[in-house]
Amino acid sequence: MRHWYMLTLVGEDRPGIVAALSRAIYEGGGNLGEASMMRLGGNFTIMMMVDFSGSRSALASLVAPVAESMGLHCHIDRIEGHLHEHRLPDVRITVFGADRAGIVARVTTALSEAGLNILELESDVAGSEDEPVYIMHIEGHAREGYDSVRAAVEVINEEGIEASIEPVDTMIG
Amino acid sequence: MAILDILKVPDPRLKQVSEPVSRFDDELRRFAADLEETMRAGPGGVGIAAPQVGRFQRIVIVDVSSRPNTPNHGLMVLVNPEITAWEGLKVGREGCLSVPDYTGNVIRATRIELTARDLDGNPVEYECVDFEARAVQHEIDHLDGLLFLDRLVSKRNDLFRRKRYK
Repeated sequence: MRHWYMLTLVGEDRPGIVAALSRAIYEGGGNLGEASMMRLGGNFTIMMMVDFSGSRSALASLVAPVAESMGLHCHIDRIEGHLHEHRLPDVRITVFGADRAGIVARVTTALSEAGLNILELESDVAGSEDEPVYIMHIEGHAREGYDSVRAAVEVINEEGIEASIEPVDTMIG
Repeated sequence: MAILDILKVPDPRLKQVSEPVSRFDDELRRFAADLEETMRAGPGGVGIAAPQVGRFQRIVIVDVSSRPNTPNHGLMVLVNPEITAWEGLKVGREGCLSVPDYTGNVIRATRIELTARDLDGNPVEYECVDFEARAVQHEIDHLDGLLFLDRLVSKRNDLFRRKRYK
């Protein structure tokens, strides 16, 4: 009986992490599903779905040698997961401005109250040490309609946070 | 009229370059009717190209008229289409009847001018903007063996992180 597991691995970035990990999983009989991997603050972070016939501990022992040699912390959960369940975003929001405490909480609280369901959020701190600039990019589903979320974005703007919103019109052809 | 089978990735035939149409006859018009019906049967489909159903001729159909607030020409059946001018670039999200369960961001021109033939072989010209222009470009790509997957841009980087040139 095969199951989906969610693997989370984090460690200092170095060359070869993805290759070593995916090879170990493949050679141990696991299959990768959807995954998100990126460098955050000098660390390499991995979240990935793995389809595997053995137990959680069997999967853990498969991954452990790679995690150890690459200096990664590893966490594994058995999940109720499915492929082919992508949801289409219908709104995209970008926020940028001088970094300040609480900016994410302020923005996402307002958006949540306006009915936004976040499907993806990516954020960066750019600029310099002295003048950090916060950049956030959100794609989501407006449960209560576009106008509700747009009104929330206008309120955010009045508070001095530069936020913009546009509908995502997916063209299927 | 019939709903035709749609080729799906990774079918290598989707990479084939299609040939111009030279015979404008009843058979062509019957095929175009089937192609249109196939487009309308697809979930949310606003465009389709002949090679998507395994006919490697330069025929595309676009109809974005069902969308609110969208400038459009209604049903466009374009035979041997050619884009003759374009301007403006914009990132937008696309999916494809040949690529189920995946959408991605693609840069397209926001305004195009094109020439084509209609189903009787008469020359036609259109100027398309925004969503309709995007649909036309997506479909014409199919005639050259290109999918939107060949043109994906990163969501993370398409708006920011522009290189600074001194």
